[in-house]
Amino acid sequence: MPANKEDGTNPEGHIWRIAPSRRDFVGFLGWGAVLTSIGVGTLAWVRLMYPRVLFEPPSQFKLGRPQEYAPRSVSDKWIRAYRFWLARFDDRFVAVSALCTHLGCTPRYLNTEDKFKCPCHGSGFRGFSSGWKVIATNFEGPAPRPLERFKLTIADDGQILVDKGIVFRLDKDETEKPGAFLPYA
Amino acid sequence: MAEPNKGWFDIVKSSYVWKSMFRHEYQDTYRNRVLQVSSNVFLHLHPTKIRRHALRLRFTWCMGGITFLLFLILTVTGVILMFYYRPTGEYAYHDMKYLQFDVPFGMIMRNMHRWGAHAMVIAVWLHMFRVFMTGSYKPPREFNWVIGVNLLVMTLMLSFTGYLLPWDQLSIWAVTVGTNMGRATPLLGHEGPFAEFLGVNARYDARALLTAGRLVGAATLLRFYVLHCIFIPIIAAVLMIVHFWRVRKDGGISGPL
Repeated sequence: MPANKEDGTNPEGHIWRIAPSRRDFVGFLGWGAVLTSIGVGTLAWVRLMYPRVLFEPPSQFKLGRPQEYAPRSVSDKWIRAYRFWLARFDDRFVAVSALCTHLGCTPRYLNTEDKFKCPCHGSGFRGFSSGWKVIATNFEGPAPRPLERFKLTIADDGQILVDKGIVFRLDKDETEKPGAFLPYA
Repeated sequence: MAEPNKGWFDIVKSSYVWKSMFRHEYQDTYRNRVLQVSSNVFLHLHPTKIRRHALRLRFTWCMGGITFLLFLILTVTGVILMFYYRPTGEYAYHDMKYLQFDVPFGMIMRNMHRWGAHAMVIAVWLHMFRVFMTGSYKPPREFNWVIGVNLLVMTLMLSFTGYLLPWDQLSIWAVTVGTNMGRATPLLGHEGPFAEFLGVNARYDARALLTAGRLVGAATLLRFYVLHCIFIPIIAAVLMIVHFWRVRKDGGISGPL
């Protein structure tokens, strides 16, 4: 390695030395410490912005007994509290998410028009008469895919148990997986 | 004891307190005129020289100045609204209604803030349009254009965060829609391109950083309030300082060709 000249500059005359002096080294350490603490502080701040506990509705809850729901209907009962519909078909229940797949508004179920309709940008999803297989498929407006479905099981006490943490997507052919519907004749 | 030929104003001016504040004499001389400006922290911010064309309204539209004036109005009315507004899920909407219907002069403060905010967004766009059409983004002012674009973003972010604060249906769903666009952020949004590289999910991604959860809720309201009242205004103010300083350092307001 070429040596520094006597005045501390390198052979080309630039002020930067080729071999770091003790002063360079200490300066490097100092700036390294400053930048490291800023970096660690920034990372800690980003982590701080993600709370560990979310004060949001629980993802699992009981919906009462199956016979409480009218046959061949879409129930609005849980829309306000938990934001999904419970549709009862001839042989099964399906829990349809009320979270529009466009930009997250809450659609409404229009019984007479037989469709789910989002008030924000007009997305429409097929209604009850389309059958359990394709119910809530998007057919008009900007929504890119069907409404999601939530996991349904029967709890030990005979009530329907829904788990909003587990979703099934029609566009991924998940509607016949166990839990994507609740068989009930 | 006052001397008999001195008025009370002379006595005040010769006092220690007055002289500690105003370091120049009162006579109308060129030197004192300069000192009046240069020894005053507020007046010294003015440029020493303004070109005649910089005052031509048809050239500048004064949109930058109007934007800054609106920012000052929004700062003052915003701070006044903060005396009554509580950014929590229980109180926010009712405090907004309270300000409108019962607080003396609350209605005009809220409406000045609301319409001023709309006007500021419009003025910023018109300012940008003017700067573009007069070619004022060209060297040596190209860096100031970049600062200006950042200020535009800050203005839009202020507008967006402020929109949630009334906490009514319109604001909740508008912010639901707005934050959901964050799902599609490249790398940082859980439905965006390359999301799998960083392993982000719906719980930890760019959208969750804004909404403080999976939904727009009370935590989002508090977060937007802090962003709206503290975080973004400070960044915008710093950028404005740089913006105005650069205008002068790059030769003042650009002139007609």
